[in-house]
Amino acid sequence: MSLVLVAVVAILLLCLACGALLGYAAVRFKVEGDPIAEQINALLPQTQCGQCGYPGCKPYAEAIANGDKINKCPPGGEATIQALADLLDVEPEPLDAEGGEKPQMVAYIREAECIGCTKCIQACPVDAIVGAARQMHTVIISECTGCDLCVEPCPVDCIDMIEVGRNPQSWTWALPTPPGTLIATDREQAA
Amino acid sequence: MTELALIMVSAILVNNFVLVQFLGLCPFMGVSKKVETAIGLALATTFVLTLTAMCAYLVQEYLLEPLGLEFLRTISFILVIAVVVQFTEMVVNKTSPLLYRVLGIFLPLITTNCIVLGVALINANRAEFTFLTATLHGFAAGLGFSLVLVLFAAMRERIAIADVPRSFQGPAIGLITAGLMSLAFMGFTGLIKL
Repeated sequence: MSLVLVAVVAILLLCLACGALLGYAAVRFKVEGDPIAEQINALLPQTQCGQCGYPGCKPYAEAIANGDKINKCPPGGEATIQALADLLDVEPEPLDAEGGEKPQMVAYIREAECIGCTKCIQACPVDAIVGAARQMHTVIISECTGCDLCVEPCPVDCIDMIEVGRNPQSWTWALPTPPGTLIATDREQAA
Repeated sequence: MTELALIMVSAILVNNFVLVQFLGLCPFMGVSKKVETAIGLALATTFVLTLTAMCAYLVQEYLLEPLGLEFLRTISFILVIAVVVQFTEMVVNKTSPLLYRVLGIFLPLITTNCIVLGVALINANRAEFTFLTATLHGFAAGLGFSLVLVLFAAMRERIAIADVPRSFQGPAIGLITAGLMSLAFMGFTGLIKL
């Protein structure tokens, strides 16, 4: 019996101490949040799914407060976008689940139709097209950046832009872009 | 000194918490799709493990053992772990917004992970552990977790775009890879005895 009593009292005291610690910390370490970010956060569905590309709803709310797009939340759908548009006084946009990323393209020359005019070679900014006058040309896939500048000059329209799927051969580590590395002009463009 | 080194090697390689003792498997499978997030989670886990190993040892040594309440270990450890993590989150949020952003949502999530309670309970079962060795054991468990999580995430990033047979795509190939890693870690068995 006394052991039970001791156990109850001990756990009770432990709980009290922990509760006091947390209560003290909540007052002592209170962070004044961004009021607009708080309001945006209240409108988000709080699914914490991360489909917007941020680790949870709160970080996305802060990103919106800092000027990110409001149409990246699939669980919230059109209703959330409309509510956010009303709150921030901006135009509602259609839902953008993919974040607007274009697939990587690569130029492809239909070699049978190529007349060897070298116009695409001159247009290519990265020297990814090989060939000579009156010889057929071809594209070095690993050099091609998919800019499609070579499509316009071709007099016989024998250049196609085709989508390249990513595969283990073309796989590379993502370039690190920590915040604060953009120079001032780029930052203005990105914002 | 030798003992400390042995504890480190044991917890990181020989008795790796994920691949040998099978603790903390859900973040191992769930948060290993990108190396970046895996590193965030690895940092948060190492941090939480070290801290909770310390606190759980103190509770065990100065509250439960003198009163003969060892049977209340589980519930009091859970309580202490939850409170410590919550408290740390508040302090980090106030003092270092940058660190708070890196650890992010992982810090509170890690609280509910079995590896945290597992380390605390394993420490409590080792009568010979002192405060220093218990803390070191928690830290080494975190390092071992970080090691396999980052390795696994790096592999999964490549596997995600590889030409995997249809029936093995997604979590299936992930589980198979984890199994192969676990087999590889069996190679460390017998390196030391602890």
